[in-house]
Amino acid sequence: MAEQSTHAKVAEDGAGYWAANVRIIMISLIIWALVSFGFGILLRPLLSGFAVGGTDLGFWFAQQGSILVFLALIFFYAWRMNRLDREYGVEED
Amino acid sequence: MDQFTLNLLFVGASFALYIGIAVWARAGSTSEFYAAGRGVHPVTNGMATAADWMSAASFISMAGLIAFTGYDNSSFLMGWTGGYVLLALLLAPYLRKFGKFTVSEFIGDRFYSPTARMVAVICLIVASTTYVIGQMTGVGVAFGRFLEISNTAGLLIGACVVFAYAVFGGMKGVTYTQVAQYVVLIMAYTIPAVFISLQLTGTPIPALGLFSETTATGGEGSVYLLTKLDQIVTDLGFASYTEAHKDNLNMVLFTLSLMIGTAGLPHVIMRFFTVPKVSDARWSAGWALVFIALLYLTAPAVGAMARLNITNLMWPNGTGGDAVAVQTIETAPEYDWMLTWQKTGLLDWEDKNGDGLIQYYNDGSDAMAEKAAANGWEGNELTNFNRDILVLANPEIANLPGWVIGLVAAGGLAAALSTAAGLLLAISSAVSHDLLKGQLTPNMSEKAELMSARIAMAVAIAVATFLGLNPPGFAAQTVALAFGLAAASIFPALMMGIFSKRVNNVGAVAGMLSGLIFTLVYIFLHKGWLFIAGTNSFPDTVDGSLFGIQSTAIGAIGAIINFGVAYGVSMMTRDTPQEIKDLVESVRIPAGAGGAVDH
Repeated sequence: MAEQSTHAKVAEDGAGYWAANVRIIMISLIIWALVSFGFGILLRPLLSGFAVGGTDLGFWFAQQGSILVFLALIFFYAWRMNRLDREYGVEED
Repeated sequence: MDQFTLNLLFVGASFALYIGIAVWARAGSTSEFYAAGRGVHPVTNGMATAADWMSAASFISMAGLIAFTGYDNSSFLMGWTGGYVLLALLLAPYLRKFGKFTVSEFIGDRFYSPTARMVAVICLIVASTTYVIGQMTGVGVAFGRFLEISNTAGLLIGACVVFAYAVFGGMKGVTYTQVAQYVVLIMAYTIPAVFISLQLTGTPIPALGLFSETTATGGEGSVYLLTKLDQIVTDLGFASYTEAHKDNLNMVLFTLSLMIGTAGLPHVIMRFFTVPKVSDARWSAGWALVFIALLYLTAPAVGAMARLNITNLMWPNGTGGDAVAVQTIETAPEYDWMLTWQKTGLLDWEDKNGDGLIQYYNDGSDAMAEKAAANGWEGNELTNFNRDILVLANPEIANLPGWVIGLVAAGGLAAALSTAAGLLLAISSAVSHDLLKGQLTPNMSEKAELMSARIAMAVAIAVATFLGLNPPGFAAQTVALAFGLAAASIFPALMMGIFSKRVNNVGAVAGMLSGLIFTLVYIFLHKGWLFIAGTNSFPDTVDGSLFGIQSTAIGAIGAIINFGVAYGVSMMTRDTPQEIKDLVESVRIPAGAGGAVDH
């Protein structure tokens, strides 16, 4: 009996861990899409008021800004997930 | 010492270094050949991934495509970096946890089907071969220039070098060699860019120089570099540099296709099998992007500054004055680069109206027709400027010292060779490990497996060289097609394999096949069957294309089809067995990741 309940608890924790992971992924991907497809392409006209070095903010996002945000996102995710692994006790030995 | 000797010296020294490392770390067992014994630190792995990743397309071709198009080609910049986010968040940690050697092994096990594995292998071979064609285009340009021979002869010599080189090392040789290659190529890319940025804007960091004021305005005081560039290119009838001229749909789909493709290419994914732990796989993707970003943040500056320099050279008295004289091009030292590149057949000019001057302008523009008529111009006289030469010619265009030119030569070759080698390795492992050992002849000896891997490499490079002689586009454009194919076939299968327990064997096979076939047929309809020129049914332009989508952007649609078909078919067929659901559970959780498991 005791063994079974431990097993059930592990399964439940696994589900919680996965749900938390998927939530972090979703938030990250929204930011990913916003800076590239959003600011870099589709929303560029809205940013035309912000002048950056002879052009506008949308051009900067398309050529440089989005890359910097991508970097931040990956390091944030690695850091956040390694913490999440420990919270749920599923980290590697 | 003349430039030719100096180039050979730099190229020779860098080669000696790579080959030395490859010999020193020569692969022994098959396990070492494929995954380097999994003992690679995330930073080292990131650097090697960056070298592997940044190919002839990134190094040689991309800045040239940006230079002559401007904002519209930002897709390359966002697409080839944004894919790493997908890779880090959606694939890398889980595939590392799964703990096998190749992408197709994962697909075969997760979809419990040898057919699925076989289809994945075919997808990998199609995408990788297309990719190698693009690399060979770049190899041809680089060898042609530095040996001062025609593009075709350069391509043939390059193919032999790539082959000898890939056969020598396995992944282990390749990993440490690629760290050396990364160092050479990033120096080769950034050093000339720093010089040029200093010349034009006084800023030593090219990425900042792009948005700075320029002093090279011919006495008009200082204006922003991009403002100046917009002004001179529109004066000559070309589309402005910073504005959008492409429709949003194509730009979004093209960017998306490059992103998804990045996360679906075998030679990049394979890298994440070589780190010791799941958490390392997450960091590795980040480190790879750090090293890639160093080049990608510089590339748009290289493009814009080169365009400005070229235009100024062609119009030394300003766009309102007289164009450059033929005699000046033939005698003045700052125009030497035009004579050397003319030998490769990738740059040419012709004094059509016989006025002794070379007018470079957009003869397709209506606004220019009037001006041309008034001045007696009879068409653009800079008749051929291959986009792929821009980065390699850049230091010569900016009149930089000889050693910088030699360094760029070495860097360009490093970029093309490292990726070609990585891809050949992916193709050979797909054929020998997955197709032969996994399916057809399971009892094959290690020795026979290594031999068949090398034969597969030879065949792949022969095909790529043949098609590279008449490539379907500039290096980066051909490579973009390979990304479309990977996006439409591999990525969706991998992602669904991890994020869905419901997608089953039949669904995955149907999805991969429909994505691959749809994308491949669409590309062939616009680029010619098997990329043979003249066999296409539709012109490769936005207006002439079948669905109003360019062939380079179609991979994103192929991926959507793959997802849709796989999910739909899975819902209509039998649910996945319990052990597969358990496998998916275990892949999702880092705990218990062991060492490599060969089957």
